[in-house]
Amino acid sequence: MSAPTPVEVEQPEADETTLMARPWVTIVWNDPVNLMSYVTYVFQTYFGYPRKKAEKLMFEVHHDGRSVVSTGSREEMERDVQAMHEYGLWATMQKADA
Amino acid sequence: MTEGFERRGKGALATFSGFEADLLRSLASQLVELLRNEVAAPTSSNDPLEDLLDFSGPTTAPDDPVLARLFPTAYTDDEEAAGEFRRFTEGALRDGKARNAVLIIDQLEEAGLPPELEEDGLWIDVELSAGQASAWMRSFTDIRLALATRLGIEEGDEDYWRSLPEEDPRAHVHDIYEWVGYLQETLVEAVTR
Repeated sequence: MSAPTPVEVEQPEADETTLMARPWVTIVWNDPVNLMSYVTYVFQTYFGYPRKKAEKLMFEVHHDGRSVVSTGSREEMERDVQAMHEYGLWATMQKADA
Repeated sequence: MTEGFERRGKGALATFSGFEADLLRSLASQLVELLRNEVAAPTSSNDPLEDLLDFSGPTTAPDDPVLARLFPTAYTDDEEAAGEFRRFTEGALRDGKARNAVLIIDQLEEAGLPPELEEDGLWIDVELSAGQASAWMRSFTDIRLALATRLGIEEGDEDYWRSLPEEDPRAHVHDIYEWVGYLQETLVEAVTR
């Protein structure tokens, strides 16, 4: 039997970790062509987002002109942007803090 | 006139008149032609060996505005990264989009659309699996993006297009654009319900 020995661990700065791990974002931009229902469908189908979240992002794109739809590593975001282009959505990527 | 798609199993079903099916086939064919037309050629370097080995994709945005919309620039503030992204993705994206459009043509013909539409009163039923429905939806998007780019459609300009006189060819193209949008709306509804 053993008991855990108390060890002091340095707490990492919360937002520093977030930035290190997920420094890139995928942005979907509004266009006059894509249907609201279709954009919602894409967010649900590709990202697996629940309908509510997919609709919220779709309305952000529609009303604000753009929305951050995913966050992650550069490679992950390149995959997401390519997928959005497959679906015909206008997507770009950039550093999260840009 | 077709009522669009309705749910069938996990996919969807639609009934098209011969005229409508022929129109869809023609739109899909034009898309395939456009995708295969402008050759995706990389800019040549000064090294002939490197040129020979470099058979990958293009690094600059296509000249044609429709293609530029179908293959947007992924990095807006980093030209080099944007070029690399394009080099590695545009070829696959073109192939995928062409494949989806060819699927529409093949399925219309398998459902009974003859190579040359002659008879009046032809109706065909097209049944799509879930995967095929997704491919049709993506191709409808590409077709609508192409038509919209050619017409110069902008946010909230519906009244302008509807005010065009009937004899204006753009009015006709806009009707087709709206019709494909209607088909897409019913297809999304059919598979998400």
